[in-house]
Order: sequence, then structure tokens, then C-alpha cells
Amino acid sequence: MPIPDWMRLPRANAPQERDATLWERCPKCSEMLYRKDLEQHLWVCSRCGHHFRMHASDRVHMLLDGEFQEIAAQVAPSDPLHWTDKRTYPAKIAADRIKSGLTEAIVVGTGTLAGQRLALGIMDFSFRGGTMGSVVGERLVRLFEHALHHHFPVVLFTASGGARMEEGMLALMQMAKSSAAVKRFTDAGNFYAVVLTDPTTGGVSASFAFQADVIIAESKASIGFAGRRVIEQTIRQRLPENFQTAEFLLEKGQIDMVVSRHELRDTLARLLGYVAPATVPA
Amino acid sequence: MNVIVEREKGLLELEARIAELRSVAAAQSVDLHSEIGVLEAKATQVAQEMFGAMTPWERVHMARHPRRPLGSDYLLALDAFDELHGDRHFGDDAALVGGLARLAGRNVVVLAQVKGRDTKQNIARNFGMPAPHGYRKAKRLMELASRLGLPLVTLIDTPGADPGIASEEHNQSEAIAACLTTLAGVKVPVVATVIGEGGSGGALALGLADYVIMLEHSVYSVASPEGCAAILWGDAAKADEAAARLRLTSDDLKKFGIIDEIVPEPLGGAHRDSTQTVADVLAAIGGALDTLAAHSPQELLDARYAKYRKMGAFLDTGLPTVGAR
Repeated sequence: MPIPDWMRLPRANAPQERDATLWERCPKCSEMLYRKDLEQHLWVCSRCGHHFRMHASDRVHMLLDGEFQEIAAQVAPSDPLHWTDKRTYPAKIAADRIKSGLTEAIVVGTGTLAGQRLALGIMDFSFRGGTMGSVVGERLVRLFEHALHHHFPVVLFTASGGARMEEGMLALMQMAKSSAAVKRFTDAGNFYAVVLTDPTTGGVSASFAFQADVIIAESKASIGFAGRRVIEQTIRQRLPENFQTAEFLLEKGQIDMVVSRHELRDTLARLLGYVAPATVPA
Repeated sequence: MNVIVEREKGLLELEARIAELRSVAAAQSVDLHSEIGVLEAKATQVAQEMFGAMTPWERVHMARHPRRPLGSDYLLALDAFDELHGDRHFGDDAALVGGLARLAGRNVVVLAQVKGRDTKQNIARNFGMPAPHGYRKAKRLMELASRLGLPLVTLIDTPGADPGIASEEHNQSEAIAACLTTLAGVKVPVVATVIGEGGSGGALALGLADYVIMLEHSVYSVASPEGCAAILWGDAAKADEAAARLRLTSDDLKKFGIIDEIVPEPLGGAHRDSTQTVADVLAAIGGALDTLAAHSPQELLDARYAKYRKMGAFLDTGLPTVGAR
């Protein structure tokens, strides 16, 4: 079966250093890690357990049994504000498409995880910092509407710096748009789980990320509403090291569980199993 | 420093001079008609030049003007208002006030973000930045409105949701996210009005509505111009440029279909005639409620979903050619 184009792209278009080098240095413990091992270990440092940020296509491979049927792939960004700062918005989009191998900051579609059908959306920080603009909102809503129609559970992986400034208020409105879609979907008795990955902040954390029935966070992921720098500037003091980590949120009762990437697929499989339509024993 | 406050000083002096001449004319029965007329013409001309066409950045300052009518001024102008306090769990947030009210002949639930008029009030009201327990109180009252069949009226005026340590510990994200799903599902008409600053997600938490009104010189933005400039230009001093780029004015947002109606302000801004401005806004809200009252709960829900479903600007025909313009 054909692999969608975007899944092949990252390998063809990945930045030079990522392809050229055989080694990656762990940013946490400085261990030199053999790239092939790192890939096999789901981009988790074998020495200290640091979770590297993971490409959306790697996550799809990690989670699904087989094929991923992407939807709304043709939904692409436009430039409604004719935005320019140091660069134009279209120039930034073009550069990020090459850098990330993705067409936007989220991919959505359907597939099977441990034999169970689901609608899956994965955000990727390497495209515009995972920011939510019109395309992220539209792809999300199409995913939720598709899942509602087919009674699939929805699992979303979040990674985002918040709303995308280059789309102005149209970006902020995606919080409202996605929330409305979540509300319709969950009110109809469907199951929605989120996996918060590093980092999840701003307009994404303050909308669909925290509207899920079950909220999981990847180990050590940074999660919060306001950015760390904003808070430090506001209170004029340094924040504790563990502030806004997955573990901190668990302690404060904000999320259901912290899960290591190695356990993620099995955890999701069990969760989907609990909420699967009841089968009558033979 | 507020650029509007600086700029209007000369105008205020001119107006004080006119008032002085008037009282002299009245007290001493001298005819200063022509002098007063000249000064009045001058004042009108100056006001027209200063406020006839303002830049987006000037309008940000107008929205933050220290004498601009605040949420509390609107609450005082309601036909009746009884404040309902607290989120039932943690505390009562003075930056987000709510209660039962009478407006334009209807019983409603009102939610208003309230800044302070001076430093003391601003500290008490946290500069209009609601904390999680403020949004949870709002959610409680939204649900009350829905259950009792009372239309929901929200007044938006905040620099943004509170970004402090305690707010993170109490899950500001969830508090805002829950307001959004709640508003998406309330079975009553929702009318939101931006009366001053519509600061990002903290404003939107009260802004998912069937009908959205903006006071002419209020602003509504995905990020503060200062914050946007710091992030994208690495220079907060570029805030004026960011304000222009962000398209945060009422006329731009009406063009984008993000808001439905603009209530005009007096020349020189709402604070030049607060009583009239507040009355105009309440009348516009009343008009919107009249229109929405004709619809059944299901019609409202369907129309609300459709309204937000189509928000956004994107291409649906595949990718544009890669390459800078």
C-alpha cells in the first residue's frame, strides 16, 4: 500500500546535519548516541531517558499497526494578513516545509492501533513551532467530524507554542473552532484522549489539549498556559526547575498520567480497549 | 505612557478655556459669543485632526485609556444587577465579575472583565487579568444561564489571562478551555462585546458567541503588540508596527468576519462621553438579543457551530508552489 508523500518527505528533505551525522548528542546528559539506536529507542536517550522531540511521521510509525490514511492533507496555509516581519509568512512556510518535511504543524488521519480503529492527529513542533493557524484548526475539525461520523475514538498528540501570530485573530479563532468540534464529538458519547508532548503551551493548551477525557503527558514534557519567560518577567524571579513539567502537572491534579514514550502505545491500546464498543460474549 | 492621554492634553486645555469663557460670559453678562465660537471651531478641528484617523497603535492606546468606561461602568448602567460571587471551589476573582441582570427589558446573565480605575483598584482587580477561579466562576454562570434559559451577555476587557505561578498551578489552560466548550454548548443566545482590550485567549474565553460586538476603538488581538514585537522582531519597541500587522482593529476584524457589529464612539474616544457610549453599547446588545430571541435552542447551537466552523483562511486545493514571494 502506498505511503503518503509527506511520510517520505522527512527523510528526503531532512536537514543535512540530521542525515549526515551518525551520532546525536543528548541535550540533557551529553551522551553521544548512535542515531540508528536512537531511532530504535523511539528517540529516547538510552543513558538518561531524555525524550527528544519526535517527528510526526516517526510517531505514526511508532503507534499504528500499518497504514495511516491521512485526511485533509490538501488543506494548506494561505496568507490572509499579507504578513511580514523579518520575513514574509509565505517565506517562513516554505522554509519550514523544507526543514520539517511537513505541509503544516499537524497531520490527521485514521489507522489502527493494536487492532483498534482510531482517528489520530499529531502536531509537530518543527513546523512553525507547532503553532495553530487556520490549517491546524481546519484539519482538526475535519478529523473530529470524520471520527464523529464513524464513531472512532480520537487521539491527539499536542506540541505547540500556541496560536500562530502571522494569522492574527484568524489564528485565535481556531481555539473556538476546535473547541466547538470537540464539544460536538464528546457530547455524542465518543472518546477523546490527548497526549501532551514537549512543549504544549498557549492557545493549544487553553483549548483542545485540556478538553480531552483522558490527558496523558510524555515524561518531562514542558506544559503550561503562559511561557516560562513571560512568567519570570511578570514575577521577576526564577522559576523552579520542575515548574510546568508533566510531573508537576500530575502532582497538581491537572493530568491523568505521565507515561514514558516506550509505554505509550501499550497505554493507549489499553485505554482504547476500555472504551471500545462492548462485544457480547459468545 | 499613553499616547492618547498625552495628545489630548492640549485639547482639554482648550476646552477648559471655553468653559471658563462661558462662565465669565454668564457671570458678567458680556457677549463673548464670537470668541467662544472661534475656540469651539478650533477645538473641533483639533479633535478631528487628532482622532479622525488613528493608527492601529493609537487605537491600542485608546483601548487602554485610563478614563475609558470599564466593565464596572456597564454593570452600573444595567436596569438591575445582582453580583454572584465565587467559583464554589477556591475563590472569588474581582477581575471577572458576573451575576443576574436586567438589560433592555430582559433578564440575563452578565459576565464582565473589570479593570481598575487607579492603582489601588487595579491591584484588587489584578489589572483585569482573570485567574483560573475567575474563568471557573464564569463557567458556572454560563451553565446557570443555559439551564434557566437566560441569555448570556459578556463584556470583554482584559490584557490577557493572568500568567502567574498560582494560575499555572490551578491550570489556567483548563479553565479557559472549559469556558470555550461550555460556550459552544449553552442553549441560550450569547452576545459578546469587546469594550476595551481583547487580549488573546483570556478574552476569547468569554468571546465564543452567537453575535460579537466591538466598540469602535477597542482592540482584539491574538497577542499583545508588545509581546508580538518581542517575539517576531526581537524588539518590543516595534509594537507600533506589530499593532498594524496584527489587524486588531474593529474595522479589520469586521472585514475578516470575526465580529458582527461595530458600535461607534464619540470623536476622541469613549471616555469623552462615557454615559452615552455605555448606553449605545447596551442598546446594541439589546438589539442583538431581540434578533436572537426568535431562534430555538437547537437553531442557536447549529448556527453557532456553523459560524465557527467556517472561520479561518486556507487553501483547499493542495499546496502552493514552494518558494518565497
